[in-house]
Amino acid sequence: MPSPVRIKDRWNEQRILTQRTLGASIIIALLTLTLIGRLVYLQIDRHDYYVELSQGNRVRVDPIPASRGLILDRSGHVLADNEPAYQLELIREQVPNLYDTLHRLSALRLIDPDDLQETRRTILARRSFDVVPVRLRLTDEEVARFAVHRYEFPGVDLATRQTRHYPYGDLAVHALGYVSAISEQDLEHIDRAAYAGTTLIGKLGVESAYEKLLHGKNGTRQILVNAEGRSVQRVGAYTPDLSIDPPVAGEDLVVSLDMLTEQAAEDGLGDRTGAVVALDPTNGDVLALVSKPNFDPAAFARGLSVREYAALANNPDKPLLNRALRGAYPSGSTIKPVLALAGLTDHAIDPNKLIYSNLTFHLPGNSFLWREDHTGPRGPLNMEQAIARSSDVYFYNLAYLLGVDRIDSFLAPFGYGRLTGIDIAGEKPGLLPSPAWKRTAFKRPQDQVWFPGETVNLGIGQGYLLVTPLQLAHIAAELAERGKSFRPRLMIGTRDANGHMTPVAPIADPPIAGIADSSWDLVLQAMHEVTTCQDSPLFGHTCGTGAGAFKGAAYQAAGKTGTAQVYTVARSQRLTEHVAEQLRDHAWFIAFAPVDKPRIAVAVLVEHAGFGAQAAAPIARKVIDAYLLRQFTPTPPAGSAAQPNSTATPGAPHAAEHPPAHAPHPTPDNPL
Amino acid sequence: MIETTGYARTRRTLSATAQLLSALNLDGPLLVALGLLSLYGLIILYSASGQDVNTIVRTVMRLVLGVAAMLALTHAKPHFLRRLAPWLYVVGIVLLFAVAARGVIGKGAQRWLNLGLFRFQPSEIMKVAVPMLAAWHLHERPLPPDWKSMVALAMIIFLPAGLVAMEPDLGTAALIAASGLLLVLMAGLSMRVILISLLLAVGAAMLGWNFMHGYQRERVLTFLNPQTDPLGAGYHIIQSQIAIGSGGVFGKGWMNGSQAQLDFLPERSTDFIFSVVGEEFGLIGLLALLALYLFIVSRCLWLALQTSDTFSRLLALSLALTFFVYVFINAGMVSGLLPVVGVPLPLVSYGGSSVVTLLAGFGILMGLYSHRKLVGS
Repeated sequence: MPSPVRIKDRWNEQRILTQRTLGASIIIALLTLTLIGRLVYLQIDRHDYYVELSQGNRVRVDPIPASRGLILDRSGHVLADNEPAYQLELIREQVPNLYDTLHRLSALRLIDPDDLQETRRTILARRSFDVVPVRLRLTDEEVARFAVHRYEFPGVDLATRQTRHYPYGDLAVHALGYVSAISEQDLEHIDRAAYAGTTLIGKLGVESAYEKLLHGKNGTRQILVNAEGRSVQRVGAYTPDLSIDPPVAGEDLVVSLDMLTEQAAEDGLGDRTGAVVALDPTNGDVLALVSKPNFDPAAFARGLSVREYAALANNPDKPLLNRALRGAYPSGSTIKPVLALAGLTDHAIDPNKLIYSNLTFHLPGNSFLWREDHTGPRGPLNMEQAIARSSDVYFYNLAYLLGVDRIDSFLAPFGYGRLTGIDIAGEKPGLLPSPAWKRTAFKRPQDQVWFPGETVNLGIGQGYLLVTPLQLAHIAAELAERGKSFRPRLMIGTRDANGHMTPVAPIADPPIAGIADSSWDLVLQAMHEVTTCQDSPLFGHTCGTGAGAFKGAAYQAAGKTGTAQVYTVARSQRLTEHVAEQLRDHAWFIAFAPVDKPRIAVAVLVEHAGFGAQAAAPIARKVIDAYLLRQFTPTPPAGSAAQPNSTATPGAPHAAEHPPAHAPHPTPDNPL
Repeated sequence: MIETTGYARTRRTLSATAQLLSALNLDGPLLVALGLLSLYGLIILYSASGQDVNTIVRTVMRLVLGVAAMLALTHAKPHFLRRLAPWLYVVGIVLLFAVAARGVIGKGAQRWLNLGLFRFQPSEIMKVAVPMLAAWHLHERPLPPDWKSMVALAMIIFLPAGLVAMEPDLGTAALIAASGLLLVLMAGLSMRVILISLLLAVGAAMLGWNFMHGYQRERVLTFLNPQTDPLGAGYHIIQSQIAIGSGGVFGKGWMNGSQAQLDFLPERSTDFIFSVVGEEFGLIGLLALLALYLFIVSRCLWLALQTSDTFSRLLALSLALTFFVYVFINAGMVSGLLPVVGVPLPLVSYGGSSVVTLLAGFGILMGLYSHRKLVGS
């Protein structure tokens, strides 16, 4: 079929194209109207909704860390405050090569090489745009060193932040504690939301115990961010009102410490290992709390390197150990005044009855002989003399007469074997041994028996009995106050911005009851005699074991020396020089003053110092002088720490403490 | 006296300008509109690029290149273009195959051909070559086209569109197909065929779903319900609507759009620049922009109808309508009317060879208009 030849019809063509163009124009108009309708819907009808969305997009709530509360001593000296410090911060996404950057920072001695791995892990754990501190507290010299090389480190910069500052350095660090970066363990027990923005958290001591008060309440600030969540500055006129919820600074804490007393105690101990605790017996205030060796809290706030921490933790002298609260030692002869009170109260002994000492004691029906050191008092002794001159034989006998059950039931109310309840954490209870305790503490049946000889040892504070310096200070305070007992405390109030202090009432524990005034009189008089010399027709001129240290004191003091035998060193250990020092006894001294109206009670422990009178009593004198007389002359650095008493206590110790030279270690092979 | 002199001077200036434009084969109103649009584009681009001068310099350079192409093409006579059409088309197809064979990878899709001096998208050639060949095909034939013609046209249109879609660049493929199909529609395709084609298209779309790439399907799904994936596939469209909606009637002010300036709006200087206009200049700014576009499209349609031969008319109408399709797809996409397909806002979006192609198209259109009388008789 021949197809009809189609001729191009120009007129028809023109008509078609014009019609179609018209149609297309109508469609264009309709589509445009649809589009405009959509735009009107978005920009007018839904305008408010989208404005809200766009604001939510770009405003982020950022925390403002609250300023940490200050810690002040009882007279207002600042013990802990905040100061701005430089820190090195890194933003990972701006760093071209993290590994290389950290290594170069390490080459500049800004990061410890040992910490590279840890630092890198920390950085990688955070979001790429988070600001991660890689070094806290740079020294001026380090800041300068980084500043010179700054251009080589894109994404790394210096920033100022508030860090903790301790104006007295390591003074009272075991009481105050320290702050350090929030660890993973901390994150488990804190409210993460409340700590958003906080870098440091209290560890140990007051810093930890009163963390809630000191921390304050972090504020928040709305900041402009871009889609990646990073803060941006540049945005022009159309800026929403950014709200700020200001932070509430932490409370300023007033602690009971007396800086002069604290300094005297630290100076007195010097380089030796030991602890000093001074309490106000009338309310439990901790006037001084020292444990030596100690450490620099600033190092923790700065952030310890792995190596620095290992050095502290592995130091054989254990600077991190708070000996005042956690060091458990045999009480030595410091137990004697309490035991005397027990003997008097239970009428187990007549205080005026003379007991003759030939420096040996043996239990009836037992062949073992207890020997007292040759420096011990010989001849007839009444109770006063036995306390003042620290006779072991007298108290071996008294312990034997009392029996372990009566001793235990009398010692317990004083707080032996029990936490004092001080308001900072970490305290150890020590140990008040008893036959019941022994039955549960040992596995082998033959060890579970209480031997009569162990009671005898208890009489001079040896054997299983363990006390902490804090406990003994507390007991000294109870003796001073004739049985009144206050819970030791460091926090005594808060101070507001105007310097107005809100005190916290002391906590009185149940007093020790049932002890006759005459008993107190006798024992306290005997303790006074420890620090003095006297003449009597019966005993002639005698001096107490602490008389040398308290010679010329401007107040009446009472005290008791003690020597804690070191049991813990295994006998198999070779007696090298070092071990020999380790085997030397610990020196104790407890004291309070003034006798008639006590204001301070002290316990001093010096590890491996030998006789308590020589090493510990002069420190107690120094502490009491500082507190009562406001006198304290620091030992000059050149002066030997071995002679710390040169200024405060003129004169050599008069009577040497005599340790129980051969107090036997109770073993099954050697039943006492 | 003074007035008369001034009036005379103005008249002289105007007539001199008209003479110049005429000599250059340019259309004054269209040229002014294009100039205003480019200027508007530069202003918003400066803000959208984060005040980046480099972006502006590069865009101006492209505009200069485009204007050069436009000025050159206004001198092309219709019969020259008609003769050129098959060759241009063949070259374009060959280049598309070349891209498929050894194209440079760009954004996960093979679209670019590295010509040493500059990178070039062969698909841009097809935006002009397809309507040219279609117009060439219909030039000697009576309108409306018969069935044989339509089969030929379908091949002319869908071969390059298919190749571009496989790159895969759905947006450009759609524009190439649109430029050809619009031409066929203008050529008087019967309504019956249009309806049947629509039904077939729906069927094809359902079939095509099975052959779509993951991200293409995602785009379609996201278009249907952007809220299902606000941080993933729906992010673009949600942020874009927030930008436009929060702009309100008057906008947040130039360079003060938080969505754009704080990087919430993705692709803000390219595909989503319309949203930046909406955020910073508000509804008023968008209406002004749409008015400019509508004026350009109307003027082009008017010029197209003035041309005197079938090839010129069909090609000019196709170019004008494709330009509108560009605008509508982009605006519809960013405002949530259409799915997200990668179509830039003509002469305003940053980048690509599309600025040059578009201005070249306008050059062709103006040339067809100004050479109308020569072919008229």
